[in-house]
Parts: sequence; structure tokens; C-alpha cells
Amino acid sequence: MLDVGRHPNLELLAYSEVEKVEGEAGNFKVTVRRKTRYVEEDRCTGCGACAEKCPTAVPDAFNEGLGARSAIYSYFAQGIPSTHTIDPDHCRQLNGKKCGICAKTCQAEAINFEQEDRIIELNVGAIIIAAGYDIFDPSLIPEYRYREIANVVTAIEFERLLSASGPTEGHMDRPSDRAVLAEIAALEKKAKKSQKALDKLEKKFDEPSAAFYGKYQAGEYEGDEDRKKWADKYASHLKIVEPLEELKKKAKRFTVAKRLAFIQCVGSRDFRFYPFCSGYCCMHSIKEAVIAQEHAPETTSTIFGMDIRAIGKGFEEYKIRGGNNSNITYVRGRIAEITEGPNNNPVVTYENTRERKVESREFDMVVLATACAPTKGIGTLAKTVGVELDKYNFIKTSSLSPVDTTTPGIFVCGCAESPMDVPESVAQASSAAQRAAEIAFQSELEKEKAVA
Amino acid sequence: MPDKKEDIRIGVFLCHCGSNIAGYLDMEELEEFSRKLPHVTFVLRNLYTCSEGGINEIKKAIEEQNLNRVVVASCTPRTHEPLFRSSCGEAGLNPYLFEMVNIRDQCSWVHMKEQEAGTTKAKDLIRMGVAKAALLEPQEPIMSEVQRRALVLGGGIAGMTASLALANRGYEVVLIEKEESLGGMLNNLNKLSPTMTDAGALADEKIKAVTGHVNITVFTKAKVTEVRGFIGKYNVDIETESGVTTIDIGVIVVSTGGRAFVPEGLYGYDGKRVVTQLEMEKLLKDGLDTDIKNVVMIQCVGSRNEERPYCSRICCQTAVKNAMLIREQNPDSKVSILYRDMQMYGVENEEMFRDSKAKGVRYINYDPANPPQVEFDKVRVYHPLFGRDMDLPVDLVVLSTPVVSQEGAEEISQLLRVPIDENGFFLEGHVKLKPLDFATDGIFLCGSARFPANIRETVAQGLGAASRASIPLAKGSIVVEPIISVLADEDACRGCGLCVALCPYGALEVRTTEKGRKVHVIDVACKGCGVCAATCYQHALSINSFTDNQIEAQLEAFLD
Ligand SMILES: Cc1cc2nc3c(=O)[nH]c(=O)nc-3n(C[C@H](O)[C@H](O)[C@H](O)COP(=O)(O)OP(=O)(O)OC[C@H]3O[C@@H](n4cnc5c(N)ncnc54)[C@H](O)[C@@H]3O)c2cc1C
Ligand SMILES: Cc1cc2nc3c(=O)[nH]c(=O)nc-3n(C[C@H](O)[C@H](O)[C@H](O)COP(=O)(O)OP(=O)(O)OC[C@H]3O[C@@H](n4cnc5c(N)ncnc54)[C@H](O)[C@@H]3O)c2cc1C
Ligand code: SF4
Ligand code: SF4
Repeated sequence: MLDVGRHPNLELLAYSEVEKVEGEAGNFKVTVRRKTRYVEEDRCTGCGACAEKCPTAVPDAFNEGLGARSAIYSYFAQGIPSTHTIDPDHCRQLNGKKCGICAKTCQAEAINFEQEDRIIELNVGAIIIAAGYDIFDPSLIPEYRYREIANVVTAIEFERLLSASGPTEGHMDRPSDRAVLAEIAALEKKAKKSQKALDKLEKKFDEPSAAFYGKYQAGEYEGDEDRKKWADKYASHLKIVEPLEELKKKAKRFTVAKRLAFIQCVGSRDFRFYPFCSGYCCMHSIKEAVIAQEHAPETTSTIFGMDIRAIGKGFEEYKIRGGNNSNITYVRGRIAEITEGPNNNPVVTYENTRERKVESREFDMVVLATACAPTKGIGTLAKTVGVELDKYNFIKTSSLSPVDTTTPGIFVCGCAESPMDVPESVAQASSAAQRAAEIAFQSELEKEKAVA
Repeated sequence: MPDKKEDIRIGVFLCHCGSNIAGYLDMEELEEFSRKLPHVTFVLRNLYTCSEGGINEIKKAIEEQNLNRVVVASCTPRTHEPLFRSSCGEAGLNPYLFEMVNIRDQCSWVHMKEQEAGTTKAKDLIRMGVAKAALLEPQEPIMSEVQRRALVLGGGIAGMTASLALANRGYEVVLIEKEESLGGMLNNLNKLSPTMTDAGALADEKIKAVTGHVNITVFTKAKVTEVRGFIGKYNVDIETESGVTTIDIGVIVVSTGGRAFVPEGLYGYDGKRVVTQLEMEKLLKDGLDTDIKNVVMIQCVGSRNEERPYCSRICCQTAVKNAMLIREQNPDSKVSILYRDMQMYGVENEEMFRDSKAKGVRYINYDPANPPQVEFDKVRVYHPLFGRDMDLPVDLVVLSTPVVSQEGAEEISQLLRVPIDENGFFLEGHVKLKPLDFATDGIFLCGSARFPANIRETVAQGLGAASRASIPLAKGSIVVEPIISVLADEDACRGCGLCVALCPYGALEVRTTEKGRKVHVIDVACKGCGVCAATCYQHALSINSFTDNQIEAQLEAFLD
């Protein structure tokens, strides 16, 4: 990323969209909409002072909604460019409220609430589409109860939980437990506030609330309006503290997730959704299981799959090492359903095809290896750019010209072409660059010929 | 050097990085502290040293304060060192008289809750940086020309694709093939999945394009016997029947492919009733005997075992393809595939897998702990769904054997000084991020020389390797950072060659000089990793900007 940001031959137009493409190989005219960030790119140094002061909290898309960010934000800490962006849906100033705190904080004077989208035109010889993929939404599979059971997460969510810079700093805290902890924090805030009000009254009447309340309930202060208010306050305070104590007791028993299940082919190799194999998910489940066990050595993982497709260089070896050293068990089988057991534990019911038995097992957390879905905007993009899609909505190519689209001069690489892992995406990116350079070279030659 | 102390004027710039540093460390104290350090004549704090304003302050101070060393204490050299270096250069100071101190990533960010301790650590870091800066010496970037000609080693589909790609961009290509004709594995194959393209026709088409291209010179029945030089300036001996030719080369692409494992002694292999998938290709090409009614294929023969732990990626695809072709040629035949995992990854393979089931190919999973038994006219296998052994009648057994490393790969590895992995395939520079580069600059990799791959992947890699190789060719020269190894003490060097053996980039060689055997550093190949200097027990080698005395000064400053 850094190299991209710094390379002299590379102009990066982030937060931008292609609106129109005209022309032909060697000479395309591309219209690009540069969406407004409400921040001047040449001024913003990416320091983040604004985000620190911004009072609006928004679920953090980068952390798969597992954490929060401000309304002015950089997508993630090491993002390139580091230019911050105001989220127009959440910013108070842009929604007619009084704020502008970021503008006051920014010493570089980069905030500009008046900034508008800009349209620019580019002249290019060749185009490479690298628009990637989307994560399949597993809530479409009702029997996995992804949205209903808190401790059933997607692999990408789990990736964020594993990350040292993620919302749990790499601890395997369970989402159900995190929800309770969040509730505790909210209740504690409330309790503090109501305790403050009580403190005042206790001072005034020179008596602890609890002792007073006993007498009050015994009918001692009948008709005393002031004391009635105190009693009401105390009663509502108890309504906060009592469940709070309950939750805290519960939270004491929380431990990190230690028994993990990974479910393969979620949405892949499935006629209802995507019949193809997404290629990389078997490996990322193994990787996630290995990392989880590195974090907490007592972690055990069970990977449920039809075939474990460890087909890259060193992959089969990695898979076997995972089994030998990282407490991973591979089970050949199809998952029938996931239900919720005691203590928010997901229970996986599956057919063990080796043993020819239907079995159920309880886990602390279940991770779904979701399919590589064609990216949502791909239809519009393909239409705008003028290339054909295959029947699944990946960009159409042929196996003998693996990065050529149906339109000369336009190339594709990575998961926009079909599901593939990082090394293959990187190799394909070089292939697409090569094809684009060939076009550039040929059109230079023609220009020279025309001059001569 | 150290004793000309009076000459040295160091400017220290302390960056607040907004609140990223100033929010956690006591900047005023750091400023006071820096002022008192030896040779420091100027100290300035900036909100952002990297902003235009901050950079201008550095330039101004170099001129007005006559600074001859600059130290910036800020974020991390990973992102900002190039900027600060070049800014010094713009102000007329040699860019290598700059030193960066990391007080953000390695200090303020990790000690957010410990201002005092963090500030003390920052002081140590700054004191060390200043001590080193005082000893820095100017360096000049190293330039070297690049011969605009590529050598492609191996004329299979990978090598032919790479050759054409480079030639289409106007570069000269020398393509070396050890066999009589180009084409590689394709010459032995029948139809290619998933499109069922005729392998021979594809080979012919490519061979025609390659041999007809003005920019490509093909040597067949040829062998590379000697490779001298380094990126941009290789000098290669090529031996053919008509003698040895020597050619200057700029970059090298390795595409020597692989071969199919021959399963001697496994499952009764005899090449007749029990054959490999490669032999099956020929049987299908010649037209299958109509008597063949019952075929059993066994997967992972010689792969995914102790000796060869890897999965060869393409044999499952090949089996499915051939199973369908058998059913097509002999429609009343029965074909069963006995497998461990069907590796039909991706869109096209999985589609073919599904298709094959619809076309009647049967699949039986086997456990490697209880493998199938091949007998004369039947194969016995435990069927997990029925929970018992089954006997499958056979007229032909086909063994899916892995692609293994090419004959002579080791020799190539020694000639080019590039590594091979534990399975005998060439080892790329970085498994994820540099799949088609070797760690050594100027040498690239594609096709089954790297790892088994199908045609789609091989073609993509051929194009990709060409793309990577074209970068130095397009530039025509390379410029390297002068932070490299130098033979600082020639007399001390005994020419033992310990360092040569350890250098991961092939940047060292022993030469015979008037003073005897001495090590020589190939500037442009050296990456300044320091392995050699750390190894040399004679302390003859040293790394620019990381010399022993500079590092000692840093250590002393730390212990102060
Ligand atoms: C949970 C998980 C874990 C994984 N772990 C690994 C692993 O450990 N190792 C590995 O090798 N692979 C792993 N993968 C696979 C890896 O993510 C992919 O191989 C890789 O990201 C593909 O890169 P890409 O550039 O093609 O696509 P993407 O990473 O999806 O990038 C596409 C980019 O294009 C942008 N974009 C989309 N549409 C447009 C448009 N219309 N205009 C402009 N920009 C657009 C997107 O915003 C995005 O930035 C993992 C995948 C998942 C889901
Ligand atoms: C049985 C079988 C069936 C297959 N079926 C299919 C299929 O249906 N579809 C598909 O997509 N893929 C298939 N493949 C895979 C396909 O064959 C490979 O993807 C492809 O051949 C790899 O090409 P390559 O150029 O990397 O290597 P190769 O084809 O092996 O070519 C390497 C070349 O380098 C030469 N060479 C080696 N060493 C030297 C040296 N030292 N000096 C000079 N030259 C040297 C060799 O002589 C050879 O010509 C199959 C493979 C096998 C084994
Ligand atoms: S890679 Fe594995 S999990 Fe992913 S779709 Fe393919 S077989 Fe299923
Ligand atoms: S591709 Fe299939 S047959 Fe080949 S090693 Fe892998 S699993 Fe075994």
C-alpha cells in the first residue's frame, strides 16, 4: 500500500468512482467522480486529531461493525491515502446540527464542509479491473442462524477478533460476552449518574439511602413529598444496580472462546447460492485456527468440510502441521444445522460421513467460511466499462488468455476474475500489468509509424 | 571521522505528529535534552515534520545554521525516511548524512500510558541517533546499466508465454530449450481441461508464434553451462550441438517446468494394465481400446505422503477430465475415482467436477490409512457410505501421480544461485507477495518450475513473470541505495568465502587479486542485509551507514 502511495508513476484516486468509459484500446477516455470527503486532500496530514475529538460514534465498517469509529475517520490506521473523510450520513454539521468540532481541531485547516464531488477526465491506454469480491451473507442460510446466535461469526469477523489491532486486541472474546460487557458499561454509566443524585439527597438528609428506604417502605414518612422523591430515585437506582450486579456476576465467569468450530463451504459448492468452490476458504480457516491456538494454547478447533482444499505451495504441509501442532481436527461432513445451547454455546449438528452417523457437538464459537461472492457493484461497473460477465457475475475471461476481458485493452485480475488467494491475485496482477503494457507499447509503435 | 569533532553540526527535528507523539511524550523535555547532546547545534519541534512547512524548516536550517547532519525523531523510517533523505538532498546536504529516530511506532504508541518512562526511552533513542549521526559519512547512489535482453530458460507453455510477452514489448529474448522441440509437457497431452482444447494444437500455435517472432532467438537441444554477472549484466554460456555461444543478458526467467512422477512399485504399476494419468493421455489420444469397460483411478499416488507431503494441485483435475473422456469414448464404461480430497478448487474445476458426476463418473473416498488394494482384475476399497469393503472389477487402473521437480533443477539452482524448496521446486522471493520473483534481483519464475499449475495459471504466471522482468529492462538502468556491504579492510580479508556461502542474494564472490584471494561485493546485487559483515570473523566487511564504529557509538550512547 505504502509503495502505491509513494510511487512517482502512480496516481491514486481513492474514494472515487468510474462514471463513463469511451474510446478503444490504446486510447480510452475515462470519466471519474471524485466523491467529496469534506476534507482537502492536499492539506490533511492524516494526524487523526479530528477523529479523536469528533463526538459522533458510528459502527466501524473496517472492523466488521465489531467496534466504533467517529463520523470523521480514516478507513483504517495504516490506510493509504491517510486523508480523513467525513461520513455525510452521520456527521452532525452536515445533518443540520451545530458542531464543526473537527474543523476547529484541525490545525492544517483541511476541513471544508462546502467541498463538492468533482468530475475528472483521464486519458489512458489500457484499463485493469481489480474490483475484488464481497463476503457472502450467511444469514441467507437459515439453518446456520448467523444473525440469531451471537457466537456464530463469519471468518472475516473472526479475522478482526484475531487481529492485535482489532476490537478485542486479538483476544478471543465471544460476541455474546462482549454484548454483556457493553451492557455492563452502559449500566455503570447510568448507575454512576443516579448515585450522584442520591449522594446529594443523602447529604441533605444525612442518612444512607438504603437505611432510609427501609424506613420509608415501613411507612415512616407518609405524606413527605421530598422524601417520596428520594425513595422513587432510590427505587429506580435499584432497578439499574440489581441487574448490573447480576450481569457482573455472570461476566466473572466469562472466558475466551476455547472450543472453535469452522464450517466450510458456507454459500460455496451449494446449489442454492454459489455452486463454485471459493478456493481460499479452506486455507483461511486453517490459518485462523492456527493463529487462535498461538494466542491461547489450550484452544482446540474442528474444521468441518467436504474436501479440505489445500492446493497451494506449502498448503498441505501447513494443514498437516495444523493438525499435529495446533489442536486442529478435520471432520469430513456436511452441517445440518446450528442451534444455541446453554451459556450461549452454539451446537453443531452434522453428518459424519466417515462414521456414517449424525452427531451434535457444542462449541464456544462457530466460524463460517463464507463464499467469495461477486462484488455488488460489478454489474454496473461492467456495463460502464463495457465488458461481459460470466454466469456467476465474475468478469469473463478464457483459460488461454486468463486476464483478457471480452473487450480489447481492458484486463482483469484477482477475485474480480474468479475466486483466488493472495499469491494468485498478485501473480495475476503482474499478468494484467503485462497485457496493459503490451497495449501501451503497440499504440506507441503505431503513433511512431503515423509520424514517420 | 570521530576526531574532527569541531566540524560536526547536527540539527535535531522533533516531530509532534499531531498528538501521536506529543500526546504521550514530554516534548519540551526532549527539546531541552537534545540541545545538550554533543555536536547538536540546532533543535526544532514541528507539529508535523513531514508537512510542507516542516520540510521547509529542515531545508532552511541546513542553509542558515550550516548543518552538516540532520536527525529527525518521528514516526518510522518505513514510511518517511525517503522523504527526509531527499529533502536533505534538495538543500544540498548529502542524503546519507541523515539519521532517523523512531519515537512514535516504537515509543509513544507502545507507551501511551507511561509518559515518564516513554520520555526516558525517547531520550535514549535520540541520544543514540545523534551519536550515530556524528559518524555518518556521505554516500553516492550506485548506478548500473541494464542489458535490454532477456534469457528464458525452458520452452514449455510458461516459457513461450513469457518470451512472447517480452518480445511483444520490443525486448530481445533468448529462449533456451533442452529438448529437440518447444512445447514441454503439452507435447505429451491429449485434451486440456476445462475447455478441452487440443494440447498439440495449442503447442503448435505457440511454437509458431515464438519461432516467427523477430525479437526471439530460440536455442533447442541447448544447455546453459555458465552464468556470470548480476542483474543487468549477466554473461551466459549456451551449449548446443554446434558449440558454445556466449550472450550478454539483462534478466532471466526460469520456466523449466516439472515432470510426472513414475510410480515404480506402487499399486502394481506396469505401464499396461496399471498406468499413470500421463500414459492415459496417450491412450486417449490414440483412441481407447473399446474393450476397456471398467476403469478405476486412484488419486494421490506418490503425493501427500511422508516422502512427498505436498498436494500436486492438478492431478484431481486431470483425473476428472480423463474420466469424462473415457466415458465419452466408451459410453458403456464404468469409471470410479478413489480419492482423499477432490481438489476441484475454483469456478471452472468445481463445475467440471459436478458435470462429471452428472455424466456418471463415480467417486469413492478412501482413507490413506486403509488404501485401495489393486489385484489382477479388481480393486478392493473400503466404501465409507456402505461401511464395508467393495470389489470393483477393472480392465484398467489409472494412477494419479504428482508433478515433481524437473530433472536438473538443482543444477540450475546452483548456476543461478537461487534456492529450491524441500520438494525440489524453485523457491520464490516471498510466498504471498513476490510469487514470481526470486529474492535475487533480476531472476524471475513461472509455471510448474515453481509449483504444479494448470494451463490457465501457467499462462497467467508466464505473463506475470514477463511483467516483473520487464521493469529493469524498461528502465535500462538500475539505481541502488548505497547502504550496502563494502570490503572496508582488504588486508584483513583471507578470501575464506564464508560470507559468499551465506549471502542470500548472491552478491559476493571471491576473486583472485594481486593481494591474493579477496572477497568482492557486487554492488547492485547487495541488499545491505548485513549477514556477511556479521559473519566475517576478520571484520573485513562493513555495511555503509551501519559500520561497526557507528553501531558501537550507538551502544555506548545507550549505556551512557
Ligand atoms: C476471511 C478471509 C481470510 C482470508 N485470508 C487469506 C489469507 O490468509 N491468505 C490469502 O492468500 N488469502 C486470503 N483471503 C483471500 C484474499 O482476501 C483474496 O485473495 C484477495 O483479497 C483478493 O484480492 P483482490 O485485490 O482481488 O480483491 P479485494 O481485496 O476485494 O480488493 C478489491 C478492491 O477494489 C475496490 N473496488 C470494488 N469495486 C470498485 C469500483 N467499482 N471502483 C473502484 N474500486 C472498487 C474495493 O473497495 C477493494 O478495495 C482471505 C479471504 C477472506 C474472506
Ligand atoms: C498428465 C497431465 C495432464 C495434464 N492435463 C492438463 C489439463 O487438462 N489442463 C491443464 O490446464 N493443465 C494440464 N496439465 C498441466 C500442464 O501440463 C502444465 O500446466 C504445463 O505444462 C506447465 O507448463 P510449463 O511451461 O511450466 O512446464 P513444462 O511444460 O514442463 O515445460 C518446461 C520446459 O522446460 C524445458 N527444460 C527443463 N529444464 C531445462 C533446462 N535446464 N534447460 C532448458 N530447458 C529446460 C523442458 O524440456 C520443457 O520443455 C497436465 C499435466 C499433466 C502431468
Ligand atoms: S475452498 Fe474449501 S471451504 Fe472454500 S468453497 Fe472450496 S472446498 Fe469449500
Ligand atoms: S491434486 Fe488430488 S490427486 Fe493430486 S495430490 Fe492433490 S489431492 Fe492428490
